[in-house]
Amino acid sequence: MAHLLFDQSKKIWGCVAAFVLFILAATASVSLGQITIPFSTVVDAFVHFDPAITEHMLVRTTRLTRAIIAMVIGGALAVAGAYMQALTRNPLASPSIFGINAGAMFFIVLALSIFPAASMLVYMWVAFLGAAVAAVIVYFLGSLGRDGLSPVKMVLAGSAVAALFASFTQGTLVLNEENLESVLFWMGGSVSVRTMENVQPLLPIMGAAFILALCLARPVNVLISGDDVARGLGLRLGWVKFALAVVIVVLAGGSVAMGGTIAFIGLIVPHIVRGLVGQDYRWIVPYCALMGASLLLCADVLARFIIMPQEMPIGVLTALMGTPFFIYIARRGFVKK
Amino acid sequence: MTRHQRMIVVMAASLALLVCMAGLTLGSTLLSPLEVIAELFGLGDGENAYIVMTLRLPRVLLSFLAGAALGISGLILQSVIRNPLASPDIIGITNGAAVAATLYTALLMGKWGVAGLPFAAMLGAGTVSLLIYLLSWNKGVTPIRLVLIGIGMAAAAGAVTTMMTVLSPTMVASQAYIWIIGTVYAANYAEVGAMLVVIGVLVPLTLILTRPAHVQELGDDVATGLGDAVQRHRTLFIVISVALAGSAVAYAGTIGFVGLVAPHIARTLIGRSFYLLVPVAGLLGGFLVCAADVIGRTLFLPYDMPAGIFTAAIGAPFFIYLLYRNRNL
Repeated sequence: MAHLLFDQSKKIWGCVAAFVLFILAATASVSLGQITIPFSTVVDAFVHFDPAITEHMLVRTTRLTRAIIAMVIGGALAVAGAYMQALTRNPLASPSIFGINAGAMFFIVLALSIFPAASMLVYMWVAFLGAAVAAVIVYFLGSLGRDGLSPVKMVLAGSAVAALFASFTQGTLVLNEENLESVLFWMGGSVSVRTMENVQPLLPIMGAAFILALCLARPVNVLISGDDVARGLGLRLGWVKFALAVVIVVLAGGSVAMGGTIAFIGLIVPHIVRGLVGQDYRWIVPYCALMGASLLLCADVLARFIIMPQEMPIGVLTALMGTPFFIYIARRGFVKK
Repeated sequence: MTRHQRMIVVMAASLALLVCMAGLTLGSTLLSPLEVIAELFGLGDGENAYIVMTLRLPRVLLSFLAGAALGISGLILQSVIRNPLASPDIIGITNGAAVAATLYTALLMGKWGVAGLPFAAMLGAGTVSLLIYLLSWNKGVTPIRLVLIGIGMAAAAGAVTTMMTVLSPTMVASQAYIWIIGTVYAANYAEVGAMLVVIGVLVPLTLILTRPAHVQELGDDVATGLGDAVQRHRTLFIVISVALAGSAVAYAGTIGFVGLVAPHIARTLIGRSFYLLVPVAGLLGGFLVCAADVIGRTLFLPYDMPAGIFTAAIGAPFFIYLLYRNRNL
């Protein structure tokens, strides 16, 4: 496949450019909003913090938390999407299409109604469990039959599993309606309802998953050349696939625990990145993390402005951006079997 | 019609009658079947007339008709797309209707009242199907592309619906939410009448088109070879299917998976004859929704569980079973 950044030095410069973009997006996310805070004040808030100044408080509490959550979710979903596409050899694979987000969502809603006062850590493990259950079902269903994993079968299985979990979620919500309002915004996907204390326990686990993702880049490069070739080259297929599954489940499940169902980031970003750097996962993973984070940060800023003074749920925004992309890929068809 | 097939049709019809009867007798006030029959024919003492004639009968009829419309709509889609996994909800037609209906509830309900809701839903279903059809057009429409693009559109439509419910005031939100899940709560005779008209026009039309329907199932090459106007008939079938699904969604909300399950059971029972499949799929679809509604409003008293939750809880595992059975397709 033709890609833009062909040689090593260009890829490094591209990485630097992506990093600059990421910093710009993060700065915009911290300073823009209903109250626009000038850049100098933002810097001041970190260098000479003064709790008496409202802007400083705003930056250090809400804005910063929001930016961190957006970048972690964006990066995590993009990397999870890239590895899902590698593992299933399916260009349409992403956590939302394959029902993983819906699975995590249902388990969380169920946990919310059974033990409402549990800590964030409990919800996180519940989300991982839900993501894992959905992933196993979809992978199993998609790989049944003579010709093994077929892209169309996996997409169908994914949408059925997503529908199943969505209807369970709805049933749970109808039975205890007082939860409906608090869960609704979250179902739309949001990076603004959590506080720093809420998400702190998640960050080290997500970080570990991300490091594991980087370590897996080289085996995955071998894996995408086909199971037989990979086995011939001495790759321990079972272990690599298991590790990949763990990374995907932790990154996708953790994202849902933090911000609800934010769709299509995991579909869009890996495709853009592959257009830039080609098929080498040692480049794809860091690029995905940076660009996924930047994309979600930008989407979050956009979501604050589109329908002022209200805020658009960010998951809706990403779904609307992602659908044309999905349709484009579906129309182009499956080049690889 | 063989003797076996005749038996199946009779059995489906009596099953449907039975569930309708159950819908009229069960509820927070238990009535005996005799009392119900007496009331239906105006021979009763009038004591339960309100419960039977005003509360329960329209609800039973509406759920039955909506289910029948969904069942037939799914049958047509599966024949045309030649994929046993297609149904109006999986490829986003019902989601399109839901978007339009939520928009209407949030923006125009105050001005134009409830009466416009069905038209909004039908318009939404039509628009989304047209979009899906146009986007999957590339020198004709292939079934797989149609399904994939439908799944994509379903995601987008779902997102817009979520946005509308999140941004509206809580009152509107929970109202719209219940409707989206699918319920026949508080049905009335005007709705039943409208549904009857839709079914009365479209089902005979479908039956007339039996031959093209069979030809569609053979695949594009064979169908073209037989001199059939494949693309034109395909468009016509999709229009009928959308109109049926759209009207069902308009009056009963997005009741999921009936359009998938009913035609499958019908096909297992009665074989491939489209002419017989239409009534059997309709009867079974009606049976499913009616039964889901009866269960939803009796099992969880005093709650009134939307029928759509039960149909999805039965339908989604069934879909997974279908995937398993068609694993070599």
